[in-house]
Amino acid sequence: MKNFDLIKLPFSKENPILVQVLGVCSCLAVTAQLKPAVVMALSVTVVVVLANVIVSLLRNTIPPRIRIIVQLVVVSTLVVLVDQVLKAYVYDVSKQLSVFVGLIITNCIVMGRLEAFAMVQKPWASFLDGLGNGIGYSVILIALGFVRELFGSGTLWGYPVMEKLGLYNIGYENNGLMIMPPMALILVGLIIWWHRSKNKDLCE
Amino acid sequence: MDYINIFIKSIFVDNMIFAFFLGMCSYLAVSKTVKTSAGLGIAVTFVLLITVPINYLLNKYFLAEGALAWISPSLADVDLSFLSLIMFIAVIAAIVQMVEMIVEKFSPALYNSLGIFLPLIAVNCAVMSGSLFMQERGYANIGEASVFALGSGIGWFLAIVAIAAIREKLRYSHIPPALRGVGITFIITGLMGLAFMSFMGFKL
Repeated sequence: MKNFDLIKLPFSKENPILVQVLGVCSCLAVTAQLKPAVVMALSVTVVVVLANVIVSLLRNTIPPRIRIIVQLVVVSTLVVLVDQVLKAYVYDVSKQLSVFVGLIITNCIVMGRLEAFAMVQKPWASFLDGLGNGIGYSVILIALGFVRELFGSGTLWGYPVMEKLGLYNIGYENNGLMIMPPMALILVGLIIWWHRSKNKDLCE
Repeated sequence: MDYINIFIKSIFVDNMIFAFFLGMCSYLAVSKTVKTSAGLGIAVTFVLLITVPINYLLNKYFLAEGALAWISPSLADVDLSFLSLIMFIAVIAAIVQMVEMIVEKFSPALYNSLGIFLPLIAVNCAVMSGSLFMQERGYANIGEASVFALGSGIGWFLAIVAIAAIREKLRYSHIPPALRGVGITFIITGLMGLAFMSFMGFKL
């Protein structure tokens, strides 16, 4: 049952974005459309899971004084791999994500999980913890990408939903504010508001 | 004239926080009082100003396509740019460590006022993205890269001091309990971002 908690808790009660407020930068910048958001969510999940397992396997051999540098090397090697894979298979999305793939290295979720969990736990538990946090991050990213693309450009994954529904004929207009950067912040603020009013114990 | 343009553009139009949401983690965590956030802002500006020119030289003479031609013409078609992520983060981590030791030796007063913030800057995405944007936008010479670094640092400093000042006042306002703390900070940052968008297309 404990292992199940490792996946379940980061989903809601310990969500990396809503509660721990980690990894916010990338979550806001790549969510103007659904496709880059999904690609980013997958990349971060892969990196956090693998980095967690590797660091957990090495945890007894890493001297505490230089642990940050060791973690950075592990993470940046994984990110270079992810970057090359994205460039090879989904070049257009990789261009759209631009620097944000590289910024997975300094993504606080990855570093935070390594520091707080993988350095002191066994590989299997670290794997589950990485997976749970990756999923918790992905859910928020995909929700934001969905809302912002649907109401901002009237499409989903490039498919013109609003046009097919015939909403433009009855006077519907796209909300251009949705695809602009500030709206992402306001949406996350609103999600946090909703989430905390459901979980009263999280209120400050 | 180009220098002034890059400087103004990197402070206001391409502001690290309001346009790209970079360095949000420390921005949210440290912005409770004006004094500490000003300390962090100065430290980030300082580190950006050192790491971006160094990474510029590294990129120009070692990593970019054909950059090794100065060693021997037979290396002219070597492209090491896939290594840039790992090299940049290594340079940043090393420089932060060095800056910390130098400041501690020569100016204990400054060291005490910056305190724990210095080591944390290594994993601040604003610093990493300074180098990545420098590479992506292809600045013409080291002067432009340094001016860009200084402008981005000042932009980040302005943003964190402004939000800290607002949060100090917010402590006395009536906010719904679930929105207190992180939630309202997100929404206010979004509103500030909207205000900063009015600088868009601003040219000197």
